[in-house]
Amino acid sequence: MQMREPVADSRQPAAYDLPDATGHFGPYGGTFVAETLQAALAELRDAYDACRKDPAFQAELAYELEHYVGRPSPVYHARRLSDELGGAQIYLKREDLNHTGAHKVNNTMGQALVARRMGKPRVIAETGAGQHGVATATVAARYGMECVVYMGTEDVARQAQNVYRMKLLGATVVPVASGSRTLKDALNEAMRDWVTNVADTFYIIGTVAGPHPYPMMVRDFNSVVGKECVVQMPALAGRQPDYVLACVGGGSNAMGIFHPYIPHEGVKLIGVEAGGLGIATGKHAATLSAGSPGVLHGNRTYLMQDADGQILETHSISAGLDYPGVGPEHAWLKDSGRACYVSITDDEALAAFHTLCRTEGIIPALESSHAVAHAMKMAPTLPKDRILLVNLSGRGDKDMHTVAKASGITF
Amino acid sequence: MSRIAATFERLRGERRAALVPFVTAGDPSPAHTLGIIRSLVANGADVIELGVPFSDPMADGPTIQRASERALRAGTGLALILDTVREYRREDDRTPIVLMGYANPVEHMGVAAFAARAKEAGVDGVLIVDYPPEESAAWVQALAGAGIDPIFLLSPTSSEARIDLVSRMAKGYIYYVSLKGVTGAANIDTADVERMLARIRSSTSVPVGVGFGIREPETARAIARFADAVVIGSRIVEEIERAEPERAAAQAGSTLAAFRAGVDAAARDKAAA
Repeated sequence: MQMREPVADSRQPAAYDLPDATGHFGPYGGTFVAETLQAALAELRDAYDACRKDPAFQAELAYELEHYVGRPSPVYHARRLSDELGGAQIYLKREDLNHTGAHKVNNTMGQALVARRMGKPRVIAETGAGQHGVATATVAARYGMECVVYMGTEDVARQAQNVYRMKLLGATVVPVASGSRTLKDALNEAMRDWVTNVADTFYIIGTVAGPHPYPMMVRDFNSVVGKECVVQMPALAGRQPDYVLACVGGGSNAMGIFHPYIPHEGVKLIGVEAGGLGIATGKHAATLSAGSPGVLHGNRTYLMQDADGQILETHSISAGLDYPGVGPEHAWLKDSGRACYVSITDDEALAAFHTLCRTEGIIPALESSHAVAHAMKMAPTLPKDRILLVNLSGRGDKDMHTVAKASGITF
Repeated sequence: MSRIAATFERLRGERRAALVPFVTAGDPSPAHTLGIIRSLVANGADVIELGVPFSDPMADGPTIQRASERALRAGTGLALILDTVREYRREDDRTPIVLMGYANPVEHMGVAAFAARAKEAGVDGVLIVDYPPEESAAWVQALAGAGIDPIFLLSPTSSEARIDLVSRMAKGYIYYVSLKGVTGAANIDTADVERMLARIRSSTSVPVGVGFGIREPETARAIARFADAVVIGSRIVEEIERAEPERAAAQAGSTLAAFRAGVDAAARDKAAA
């Protein structure tokens, strides 16, 4: 697809250049890790800074994104869904069409190239739903790197197909049985591996969290999503959207589509968190909606925590949103009012999943179904000439068992 | 003079390194912590490092993570730990107590409120693993206001600039992490540690302790010949894990006694040299 320059926007983009030099987004972000990791992070900051400024690196990344990942992904006008809802027009950014089936590969491709520049032959990753693990195993296979993926035993059980996928791609999957046995514990374990094997190992973090420079670097690599939309929307719809919606667990697909839109003041940004069984039940993962600030996994951000500052176990039907923290830039966008955050329950996400399947022939990931569900709530309340752009961050093939089980079907 | 400074001054007179056991507060349950502290002090501890359990102990190995999980399951929290310290202070006004843990429980209480309550309870120093010097301005100020020493880590990978930064900010003692990895990992190379300690000492007069990977009394003896303090963590916590709860204090104490013999032997080695 030919990319065109964005048409001029009458609303002047406002300057936005966070994080600051030490990785802070207002009071959030930072480098809250033990001394044992500081040298590794300093090495990574320098290496990534050099990559950022190197046209050869950017050209290599652009080439891989086009020819290996399949970018740009299209924006699709979901006309039947919009007509059925009878209000605003819903557009879907089709990250589900990427190689490996989600936005995650944008980031793993970028970090793998940084790892190669740093001469690290071994990559490690944490994964929840398995999408980031698959995306990491994929690029590791592509470049002949050793790959170890940490995954909570709870997630290993509910995402068995992705575990097999990673193994097919040559990765070693290490089940993590500590703590709540989910994404946060996999992240703890990956950090321990990194601190022990730092000389030859690159840690590919899968979301916009962790110590600086990860939140910035992962955002940068995913912001190709939003940059494409800024060009595609005027070409397809005649203008930029009124609202941009994305699901938020750690928040990488949301930061990817939000970031290029931050200077477009007329575009409202809405993050959709996992409401699980409902906020009132306590069984959810809506960190920004119901959590409070604290320090976890190397950064200051909103967290799900108890009265003693211990991290709470979260619940979501989608493993990819089941995380008790959130990227620090989202914390800042919330506090500054530039973005707002809402939540969608498991049941609402499931209903949206089925609706999108039936009306558009698109099977969305359960994560992305949260964003679709909120768009479906909003659309009928808005005039027909309003535009909602939803980041359809991944495809739902991996969720067949979960959805079937929720419908009482066994294979 | 603070309890930590007084302890190191006394030990300088004895030409002996401080023996610093680490145990997780509330492991196996809060009811056992006082007894364990008493047993450690009776068996030769000079400073007590009391771990504040956290749900996500990223810098720790499996032994201390399991201890944290046991302590949290048994209902341990920061306020309860401060109560334990306060109670212990009634019987021992000499042995310094250093809390060691992660930022979030302290931030949740509020750093100023924590500093005031820790001072009132009789805490002498605090090491927050994930508060590096760069992120510690408010933290150090809060502790200074309460007269509590901020303890910082240095590691084999610390740059010259970071050694200088920590040297400027640290009080009480500096905790040198003697290997790359997490707590409880393999044994250490004492010659490497000695070289690094010499480098750190060229920047600061604050005592330097060594911990992570000291699993045998003989290693403690080798380290104690040149370090100001020797920290024994996972090795003691393993004993507590293995013992029946009512035997945990005695078992921790007898294990520490062997390390004390190592540290005493190092003092004799130095005197003979």
